Amino acid sequence: MRYLPHTPEDVDAMLKAVGADSVDDLFESIPVDCRRKHPLRLPESLSEWELNDHIDTLGADMAVSPDYRIFMGAGSYAHHIPAVVSYLLGRSEFATAYTPYQPEMSQGTLQAIFEYQTLTARLLGMKVANASQYDGASALAEAVLMAMRISRRKKQVAVSRAIHPHYRRVLETYLAPTDYEIVPLPYLPGGVTDLDPLDTMDDLAAVAVQSPNFFGCIENIETAAQRAHDKQALCIAAFSEPLAYGLLKNPGSQGADIACGEGQSMGIAPSFGGPALGMFATRMKYVRSMPGRIVGQTVDTDGRRGFVLTLATREQHIRREKATSNICTNNSLCALAAAMYMATLGKTGIRELARLNYDRCEYLKAELRDAGFTLPFEQSTFNEFVVDFGKNFEKTHSRLAADNIIAGLSLEKYYPELSGHYLLCVTEMLTKDDIDRLVSAVR
Amino acid sequence: MTEYPGTTGLILNEPLLWEKGKQGRSGFSLPRRDVAPQPLSETLAGDGPDFPQLSEVDVVRHYTRLSQWNFGVDTGMYPLGSCTMKYNPKTNERQAAQPGLARAHPMLDDDLCQGSLLLMYDLERFLVEITGMDAATLQPAAGAHGELAGMLIFYAYHKSRNAPRSKIIVPDTAHGTNPASAALCGYRPVPIKSSDQGVLTPEAVAAVMDEQTAGIMVTNPNTLGLFEENIRKIADIVHAKGGLVYGDGANMNAIMGIVHMGQIGIDVLHLNLHKTFSTPHGGGGPGAGPVCVLKHLEPFLPVPRVIKENGRYRLSEDFEYSIGRLHAFYGNVGVLVKAYSYILSMGAENLKKASQLAVLNANYIKERLKDTFHLAYDRPCMHECVFSDKLQQPYKVTTLDIVKRLMDYGFHPPTIYFPLVVPGALMIEPTETEAKEDIDLFIESLKSIAAEARDNPELLHAAPTGCRRKRLDETTAARKPILTG
Repeated sequence: MRYLPHTPEDVDAMLKAVGADSVDDLFESIPVDCRRKHPLRLPESLSEWELNDHIDTLGADMAVSPDYRIFMGAGSYAHHIPAVVSYLLGRSEFATAYTPYQPEMSQGTLQAIFEYQTLTARLLGMKVANASQYDGASALAEAVLMAMRISRRKKQVAVSRAIHPHYRRVLETYLAPTDYEIVPLPYLPGGVTDLDPLDTMDDLAAVAVQSPNFFGCIENIETAAQRAHDKQALCIAAFSEPLAYGLLKNPGSQGADIACGEGQSMGIAPSFGGPALGMFATRMKYVRSMPGRIVGQTVDTDGRRGFVLTLATREQHIRREKATSNICTNNSLCALAAAMYMATLGKTGIRELARLNYDRCEYLKAELRDAGFTLPFEQSTFNEFVVDFGKNFEKTHSRLAADNIIAGLSLEKYYPELSGHYLLCVTEMLTKDDIDRLVSAVR
Repeated sequence: MTEYPGTTGLILNEPLLWEKGKQGRSGFSLPRRDVAPQPLSETLAGDGPDFPQLSEVDVVRHYTRLSQWNFGVDTGMYPLGSCTMKYNPKTNERQAAQPGLARAHPMLDDDLCQGSLLLMYDLERFLVEITGMDAATLQPAAGAHGELAGMLIFYAYHKSRNAPRSKIIVPDTAHGTNPASAALCGYRPVPIKSSDQGVLTPEAVAAVMDEQTAGIMVTNPNTLGLFEENIRKIADIVHAKGGLVYGDGANMNAIMGIVHMGQIGIDVLHLNLHKTFSTPHGGGGPGAGPVCVLKHLEPFLPVPRVIKENGRYRLSEDFEYSIGRLHAFYGNVGVLVKAYSYILSMGAENLKKASQLAVLNANYIKERLKDTFHLAYDRPCMHECVFSDKLQQPYKVTTLDIVKRLMDYGFHPPTIYFPLVVPGALMIEPTETEAKEDIDLFIESLKSIAAEARDNPELLHAAPTGCRRKRLDETTAARKPILTG
């Protein structure tokens, strides 16, 4: 086996040094009744050639672009990943390093994550960001737990129904063993969150909304933050498509206290939903309640600038059961991908790319309206929107899939009241020709 | 004269991203504009983020230089105890980047995702076989996420029996994440001490186990690199009081094909695919922390689960007692592809051999260094061994000084000051992928450092000198945090 370097002579010499007669002797401390009686039953080992063939066969059994035109987002977005990002991310000095516990040997990772924190804070309009969470869903769950800690005694969190349904389910899982109450906020006919139920809540720790929300609609974070603050509660602004902030007002400038969400759009392949990137940012005054790792700037003994993991007294390895989170391994390499992507786009690139996404999506909306379909939500959208294709569209959807077009996500499973409604997404990966093809196929 | 890997190397300076670049540059190739600009309400539009403006060359040089300030497994030996920094096979990277798998959208109909679903289904089966447990979930994104899943299962199990519990036993040899994960489920950790042999005794567990205690979290092999030989008796004590046994499988690399975890009394077990199953750690993640359970806890596993019916695969959420969803989708599937590829490349025989060689390497280091450094527990170890700085203390040299000096010799330091039961701990886990020559060089380096500690301790206090930076001021970093630029 090419990963195991020991020759029989090496093994003999090492056993001799150890004073053991055989390798089995080394396992004598394991009681006999704890040992396996039979060898592992696994497939016969594959050569690299055979493995390539096998994985290619599995890959061929997946519907992906460019063979398929997929008008679906819903938390996972197909964006162009520049070759430089994949190439640089493959540098094994980054990929094969551990968490940077020894800063002198990890300045590459540390400076790169410091830069990621900075770019993320700028994107979201916040003062500080952590080094990453697992994904958008766990970022939201941790944001709610953080808000609960900050509020101390309060027990309610108001959660918009227009937040990604999977994120809300993960939040429920995290809160199940606690005595916190999740109060759902309905959405209005225009497609944005109804904040009026907040008026009658008297134990409110936080309000969570997503913008653009699951329907693609742009929420008014400013109002949500104001209403939250009126109740001495925090405003949590979630997101699943951060590219939107290349064009739209960011959560921080609108008064959000925590901005958290999914960063997969930022140069990370969809990979069937993971690994992705939990982005997490907040105001400086809350930094000591923030979960996750943080890199900070300092100097070495010669006074030269360097970077270290810092504020570790919040974390599990120091604070044990009183830590702000149990997170240890995060999604650091994905954060690095996002930093590389943001650096590659730059100030003008992100604006132009976001604008192109917006324009192509608006074009599809206009074409569908022309074709006679109803777009039930009035609110402006980014990248995604809901269309009422009617209750009998399922057959058409399947027919189009057979023709390699995926005409969005049926919302009925997540919102029974929206049967016949579909969530459609357009990014820069789909051209005007693709859009025209979709419209003529559903017409 | 022995030549060590460490030299000063060629290290180029590189500023922060936003200290470079120029107005008007971008490194991104924008697609052709084929639709007209559409109106956008001014009340919604923002200014866009103040990102640096860099050309493609700027970006490439920036990250290439940064990478050269880093040390990875591909650079050299990385014997971080408890972290299993084994070689990360390159073919696994190719497999995870396979376009059909890498571009897969997670919300398509099951029929359009059969390749990924088959892979996940089979990987669950492989992990079940390797551990000897009965069922598995691949959803947890890291070890601590797996621990959380496990504690949620504990919570759901006791709740289903209408007997919620408030405490959990956590030994002093446990990982730091254990108490934090248990606390998320409202469990108060009850610490217990390991014996002078470095393992748990049934008596210590019996003394605290009661009907208010949800169970115990045991890392086996433990963080001293010792197999918890009383595990079956301990499990019996916990089970007799209605509790459950959680196994932290972070150290599974010592016992693949050797120990049957399903038979030793463990009810829930998490694995770290970024340790035992060779997926790269990425400078802090992404990892994957699958959780395996015995049959009686299978109903509580997270949803969705992959089901096989008539040769086809589908995702099902139809599990009444499930703890719910833990991840936005199905976990870190790209990481799962790498672990799956590793298992298929290795096969049963080589997985066992990997564990045997990992244990051989650790025992070899233990034997050859035990006269040089104080060995905390002088008995045969599994995949790692724990020394301390006790013998160097007379020279006013600490564990920190020793490992900083090790950097100048070209090795990544071992884990230090952990486990907490050994003051000044040096926890060394070589893994099976290190060849004898490299291990010998590592041993010689540490012996040379021990001599320097005696003859010239200043060398250690000033170390490292060959890295891009000397020791960094962590105190000021925490007192006056600068967290963005």
